[in-house]
Amino acid sequence: MCALASGAALGMTSVVQPPTASASGVPTETSGDARFVVEAKFYEKQPNRKIKCKLCPRECVVGDKERGYCGVRENRGGTYYTLVHSRVCAAHVDPVEKKPLFHYLPGSLAFSIATAGCNVNCKFCQNWDISQSRPEQIPAQYTPPRRVAELARQYSCPTIAYTYSEPVIFAEFLMDAADAGHEAGIRSIVVSNGFMQQDALKMAYGKMDAIKIDLKSFSESYYRQVVTGQLKPVLESLVTLRKMGKWIEIVFLVLPTLNDSDAEFRGLAQWVKANLGADVPLHFTQFHPEYLLKNLPITPVLTLERAKAIADAEGLHYVYIGNVPGHPSQNTYCPKCRKMLVERVGFTASEMLIKNGRCPFCQQPIPGVWHV
Amino acid sequence: MRTQRNGSRRDFLKRSLAGAALLCGGGAAEALAAGAQSRVVVAHDTQLRGTGSAIDDQRMLALVDRAMQAFFDRDHPLDAWRKLVRPGDTVSLKVNTLGGRGISTNIQLVAAVCERLQQAGVKPGDIVVWDRDSDELERAGFHLATGGNCVQCYGTDRTGYEEELSAYGSVGSRLSKILTQRTDMLINLPVLKDHDGAGVTIALKNMYGVIHNPNKYHPNGCDPFVADLNMLPEIRTKMRLSICDATMAMYEGGPGYKPQHSWNANALLVSTDPVALDFTGWQMIERKRAEKGLKTLAAEERAPSYIATAADNEHRLGTNQPGRISLVEL
Repeated sequence: MCALASGAALGMTSVVQPPTASASGVPTETSGDARFVVEAKFYEKQPNRKIKCKLCPRECVVGDKERGYCGVRENRGGTYYTLVHSRVCAAHVDPVEKKPLFHYLPGSLAFSIATAGCNVNCKFCQNWDISQSRPEQIPAQYTPPRRVAELARQYSCPTIAYTYSEPVIFAEFLMDAADAGHEAGIRSIVVSNGFMQQDALKMAYGKMDAIKIDLKSFSESYYRQVVTGQLKPVLESLVTLRKMGKWIEIVFLVLPTLNDSDAEFRGLAQWVKANLGADVPLHFTQFHPEYLLKNLPITPVLTLERAKAIADAEGLHYVYIGNVPGHPSQNTYCPKCRKMLVERVGFTASEMLIKNGRCPFCQQPIPGVWHV
Repeated sequence: MRTQRNGSRRDFLKRSLAGAALLCGGGAAEALAAGAQSRVVVAHDTQLRGTGSAIDDQRMLALVDRAMQAFFDRDHPLDAWRKLVRPGDTVSLKVNTLGGRGISTNIQLVAAVCERLQQAGVKPGDIVVWDRDSDELERAGFHLATGGNCVQCYGTDRTGYEEELSAYGSVGSRLSKILTQRTDMLINLPVLKDHDGAGVTIALKNMYGVIHNPNKYHPNGCDPFVADLNMLPEIRTKMRLSICDATMAMYEGGPGYKPQHSWNANALLVSTDPVALDFTGWQMIERKRAEKGLKTLAAEERAPSYIATAADNEHRLGTNQPGRISLVEL
């Protein structure tokens, strides 16, 4: 689930117009969903027409006519199907900074899409209305992979972004759309929780050009209680993606009292440096009360600054503060000469000084993908 | 759990209450506790299907009448229903149709309930037969009806779910608009089934069909999700009665229909206490499992712990204490 509110949540104009939802209390006919149904890639058949899903670590064992935890995969007679291939329920043109990816084509636009469903249930989810719903409950439009690529090109987006809900659960569609995009010269980026099995990760995200992972906490108990997931597989995903040579950035949504201790920030920063390297960008973002955690306050900016100070002190080179418009820690600074290299205002990169992947002042290499 | 057989209906009830007082140790305070017992009626008819395989409409109506009269202690079936409904009520019947024609709430049961509701003064257009999905209703043999002065029948897919979340404990869900906007009184009409994750699925778990995200609540044997879900005020205040369709039941392999693990129990379970009803149904499944030489659900590490959670001090949705269940078998 995207930690930052995205187009769907912020009410941006939708590019793909969904059909009108039925009026309250008035029964209406619904259309069939056959064109969205494709056999899933990641599962094993079991006796008695059951299947075991191998997409995420949850490994749902699903009986006939039942669905997995994500709600978008269904066992039909012992064969597992995704119900959301090409079933786009949100489509927006977003700045890539909104994902957020700060070291990947700054100032560019991403054609951003989602389907219903998610393989976790974060109590703070900002897009819960689509992520925690079944596909038939959400207005959607048939948007096959080539159409996605066409729309990206039509809206001058160099990338397709899979985001808003949890792209893990529409892996088959993501893979096909990425292929269609690459054929058309459009790259693919994904905003994901990283809660996947290794084989699925390698196959699906192997087709991605950049990946933002929401590392929701550095505590298993938090993952269990607040996220309904597990930390360990997410850390394994990050290491694997790094080994695969993918460009990755990490977002850590800071929730007051739940994951905002010095020890957690320090442990996180040390782990990132030791396992991924000091150059992987780490974004500490501000929480806004949503969904099942409306009782918590907005994260104080001082808490975010404390998190950044700890991560900086541990030696990470690119630590950002997110969801706080105008904060100087939204900008990119050279880790060597400390000069500002990318200035950001809101989700816009207003100034970009990096040339040939280097600081123009001291020639320090600045990791990232800076130009199309 | 105490069971009563033979004798008149009033005798059953007298013996049942007296027995409860004895089990509780007697005394004035205990007598009050006994008075607070939850009654569960299990009504059988071994001739429900006559000589064929289909349920006979009239025998089903008679079975419903016997069960309702016994539960409400009334000599006439309409008097029993009038204890529950009055003219002007909008009544919805939440059926369970996941199992298709194999093991879903029987049309004959629904027809019998609708007939008595109308005779008790409820307008046909004020009755809605519903489940999550219209297609599933049709696959189970129901005919959809969405207008006119007849009993309505459709799924939540036709009306949608409330935009706002309803939340309690581990549960945060959008409720069916059929429950929130078309229901003064909910009559729960579940089936009696084994469930590979939850242990059993009966009355409490049938409420998974009123929310938009049941897939989120299957971990840990559905515990505490089932109990938390039934705590939502819209469910807790509107569910007035459960009539479990155990004409056919399933002791293994659920929740999907497995004919090899099903049996004609030819019974209805009636209670206003869904916890007591679920506990009673669970024991029926355990007895059948024992008869078939299967392990208990506990031995298979899938005992329905959510039933105890629903009865605990936090939830208090009913009782799972055998000594506090007044079981009337007919």
